[in-house]
Amino acid sequence: MTIALELSRRDLLRAGGAVVVSFTLAGAARAQGAGPLARDLGKTVDAGEVDGFLAVHQDGAVTVYSGKVDLGTGLRIAMRQMVAEELGLPVARIGLIEGDTALTPDQGPTAGSTGIAKGGVQIRQAAATARQALLKLASERLKTSADALVVENGSVKPKAGGKGVGYGTLIGGHRFALKLDDKAPLRDPKTYAVVGKPLPRPDVPAKVTGRHVYMHDFTLPRLLHGRVIHPPAVGATLQSVDEGSIKGIPGVLVVREQSFLGVVAEDEWAAVRAARELKASWSAGTGLPGNDGLVRAIRQSPVQDETLLTRGDAAGALEAAAGKAMSATYYWPPQSHASLGPSCAVADVRADGATVWTASQATHKYRPHFARFLELPAETVRLVYLDGAGCYGMNGHEDAAADAALLSRAVGRPVRVQWMREDEHGWDPKGPPQLLDLRASLDGNGRVAAWQAEMWVPQATKGLPNIPLLSPAAAGLQQPQGLATGLITQDADPAYPVPHVRVVAHWLKDTPLRPSNIRAPGKIGNTFAVEGFIDELAAAAGADPLAFRLQGLDDPRGVEVLKRVGARMKWEPRPANSQPAAGALARGRGIAYSHYKHAENYVAIGMEVTVDRGSGVVRVARVLCAHDCGLVINPDALANQIEGGIVQTLSRALFEEVIFDRDRVTSVDWASYPILKFPDLPEVVVDLVDRPELPPMGGGEAATAPVGAALANAIFDAVGARLRQAPMTPERVKEAMAHA
Amino acid sequence: MASYNFRVNGRAERVESWDPDQPLLYVLRNALDLKGVKFGCGLAQCGACTVLVDGAPVRSCITPVSAVAGRAVTTLEGLGSPKHPDPVQAAFIAEQAAQCGYCTNGMVMSTKALLKQTPHPTVAQVKEALADNLCRCGTHTRILRAVMRAAGST
Repeated sequence: MTIALELSRRDLLRAGGAVVVSFTLAGAARAQGAGPLARDLGKTVDAGEVDGFLAVHQDGAVTVYSGKVDLGTGLRIAMRQMVAEELGLPVARIGLIEGDTALTPDQGPTAGSTGIAKGGVQIRQAAATARQALLKLASERLKTSADALVVENGSVKPKAGGKGVGYGTLIGGHRFALKLDDKAPLRDPKTYAVVGKPLPRPDVPAKVTGRHVYMHDFTLPRLLHGRVIHPPAVGATLQSVDEGSIKGIPGVLVVREQSFLGVVAEDEWAAVRAARELKASWSAGTGLPGNDGLVRAIRQSPVQDETLLTRGDAAGALEAAAGKAMSATYYWPPQSHASLGPSCAVADVRADGATVWTASQATHKYRPHFARFLELPAETVRLVYLDGAGCYGMNGHEDAAADAALLSRAVGRPVRVQWMREDEHGWDPKGPPQLLDLRASLDGNGRVAAWQAEMWVPQATKGLPNIPLLSPAAAGLQQPQGLATGLITQDADPAYPVPHVRVVAHWLKDTPLRPSNIRAPGKIGNTFAVEGFIDELAAAAGADPLAFRLQGLDDPRGVEVLKRVGARMKWEPRPANSQPAAGALARGRGIAYSHYKHAENYVAIGMEVTVDRGSGVVRVARVLCAHDCGLVINPDALANQIEGGIVQTLSRALFEEVIFDRDRVTSVDWASYPILKFPDLPEVVVDLVDRPELPPMGGGEAATAPVGAALANAIFDAVGARLRQAPMTPERVKEAMAHA
Repeated sequence: MASYNFRVNGRAERVESWDPDQPLLYVLRNALDLKGVKFGCGLAQCGACTVLVDGAPVRSCITPVSAVAGRAVTTLEGLGSPKHPDPVQAAFIAEQAAQCGYCTNGMVMSTKALLKQTPHPTVAQVKEALADNLCRCGTHTRILRAVMRAAGST
C-alpha cells in the first residue's frame, strides 16, 4: 500500500463525473486504502440508489458495494452469488467492497445475523433493478422488445438466439442513475443456477497461504506502533506517570490525555515493552462485586420492571396449580468474545479529517461517534473495514480504533494499535450475565399450561447510538453514554403453544463490566433456561423429551427440524434418565429446540454425551443439528457458520466465565479463560433444510441458541442431575449430582 | 544495534534488533514483512504465531530473535501460494477450513510438523497434536478434516 497507489487512484476517481472505479477481486483489500472522502469519490452511498450498491465497469465486470461485511462468515461469496444470479454474471466477475463509509451505503451494522437476510436481500434488489435497466438499454440498442431478451453470462441476448450486447458496452463506466425498485422482479428460485451452490469462499486461499491482508497486517508510510495502558482497576484515574521508567527503550513517546495513557514508537517491540514497563500510579477503582458475588448483587440491585409479554392469565393459572407449579432459577455468566487476535486498528488523524481502518462490524454507525470525540465534521471522517480476528458481536475492535485515533491525533502521524492478550480478555465489552426465574405448571394432559419468566438483565439505554468506548472516556472526551447489549430478552417463553404466558424483565440500572452484544445476544442464555426447564417439565410429566416438544407444536417447520434430529439420533421414546446404566461413564442424550426470535430460523439440536460419575467431566460425543433458515444461498458456507456456532457455544457452555475481583477482570489469558480445544471436539452433523421459496434468514446465530440446553438435557439424561448454570464444569456437575 | 543472520523460507536474511530478546514474531512481521504469522497471545498459549525452526514447530511470540541465529525458519508464506499451495494448504482450501482465519497460520504450521513426524495420524492423534492451537470461530471440525485429507486419509 503506497501513497503513489492512492494518488493514482484518487486521480482516477476524479477523472470524470460518471467514471466508476474498477477494482479487481484480488485487489479489493488494497483498493480500500487511505484517501479521499465520499464527495471526492464521485460515487453515491445512497442506499436508495442502484449506483450506491453496484457499478458496471467498461470491461463488463461489476463491483458490489456492501455496507455489511464478511466476518469470516462467507458473506463474501454469498453476496456475490445473489448478485450473480440476478445479473446473469459469473461470480468471478464480481468484485466486492465492504464496510467503507466513503464507498458503501449504510446498511446497518453487521450484527443480528442480518448480513444476508437484510444486506444481501437489499443488494439483490439493486441487482434486479439493474437487470431491468440493462434489458431496457439493450432493447433500445437492439431495437427489440425487452420481453424478447434475456441476460446471460454478462450480456443481454435475444431469447430467439443471435448476437447479444455486453454489460460493459451497455453501461460500462457510467451510472445507472436509478432509484432502487422494490418491485423489480426477482429470478424465479426454480431457475437458480448459482444461488444454492456450495461455491468456495474467495478469501480462503489467501488466508491459508499467509497473503490475506488482515487489519493486523495493514500498514501505511510513516506508521507508528502504539499500545495503550489500561488502568489496574475499573474506573481508576491516572495520577502520575514516570517517563524515566522507560528511558532505556529507544524511540518511545508517551501520550497522556487525562486518564488515557498510551505509547507510540517506530518499532512495535519498543511500544510493547514501553507499555509493559512504563510506571504509572492510579487511584483506586470504583469497585466491582466480583464474579462470586455477582448473582447476589444482581438480586439486590434496584430494578425497573417491564412486562414484555402477556398471553392469557399466567399468574392465575400458576396460582390455580398451587403446589404443582414448578420453579427453577437459571444463570448464564458474563462471557468474553475472546477473539483469537487481540483487537487492532490503524488511524490517520489530521487537522482536516481522519481515516480509520478498523475491523468494526459497524463502521457507518461509529463514524459520527469518532467525529464527535475527534471534534471533526462527520463528513471528513472515514471508517474503512478490514478483516480482523473473528468477533461475535462488538469486541475490542472499536476501542482499539479509538486508541489509534487518539494517539494519531496526538503525534500527527498514522498509528497502529494492537491490544495485548490481557487487554482483549480484560477490557473487551462482555456478554452480560443473565439471571432467570422460571415458573410453570402442567395441565391434566401433561402439557404446559402456564409459563412465567422473570429475568434480571441490564437495561439498554434507549436511543443509544453506540457503545461508549474506553479511550474517549478515559480522555474525558464527548461520546454517548449508556449501555447496549443487543436484544437480550427475546425467546424467554417456550416456542410451543402455551395458553398462559407472562414474561417480565427486571431491568438493572447497571452491570459491573461494560456490556455489548455477543453472538445471538441473550438468546443463548434464555434458550438454555427455557429449553432446560421444558425438559424438567417433560420429566415431571413422565414424558419423552422429544414427544413432549412435538405435542401441540403446530408449526410444520419446527416439527420438521425436531423430527429430523430425532431420526438422525435414532431416538427411541422414553422419559429422560429412565434407563440409567451402571458404570463409571454414564451416557445420555438431549434435545433442544429454538424458533429463533420466535420469528426467524427453526433449529433443533441433539447431543450425545458421557458423564464421568467420579470426576464430573462431561464429554460430548456427537452434536446433531437440523437447521431451517429459509432459502440457502451457499450450503457449505452456511454449514461452516452453523458448525462454528455450535462448537463455540459448546465452549461457552462447558468452559467459559469471566472471572473478576473487586478491581478488574482476572481471567486475562487462555489459561484463566479456557475455551474448547481439539481434544474436546465432538462430531458435528448439520442437516440443512432448504426452502428456496422463502426469504433467506441469517446463519450466524440461531444454531447457537439451543446448544446449552441440549447439553444440560443430555447430562440430565445421563446422571439425573439438572444443570441450571453455565459453564457446566466438572465441579458443578458433581454438585448437581450430589443434589439429584 | 546487534544483527542476526538466519535463513527464512530458504533465503539468507540479516536483521537488526535493538533488543536480543525481541520475539521472532515481530522481526518476521515487521522487518521481513512476513505477516502470515499472527500475534495471538504473546504467551505461547494459542499457537497463532507458530513457525517452523529447523523443521520443528516453535511459538515465535516467545522465541527471542537471538535464538534463531544461524537456523532455518519456515513461515506460512514459505510453504506455498494461493496459485501453488502446498499439500496441507491445498487440503485446508478444499475443506474450506477457515472462518476468520486468524488461527490458520498456526493450524497449517502445526500440521506440517505433525505430518512430518506422523505421516498417517489417527483422528485422536491429530486432536492431541493440535490441542494447543486454539480456534475461536469453532472451525475445528473442518480443520480436522483438512488435516486428515492432507494425510491422505480421506
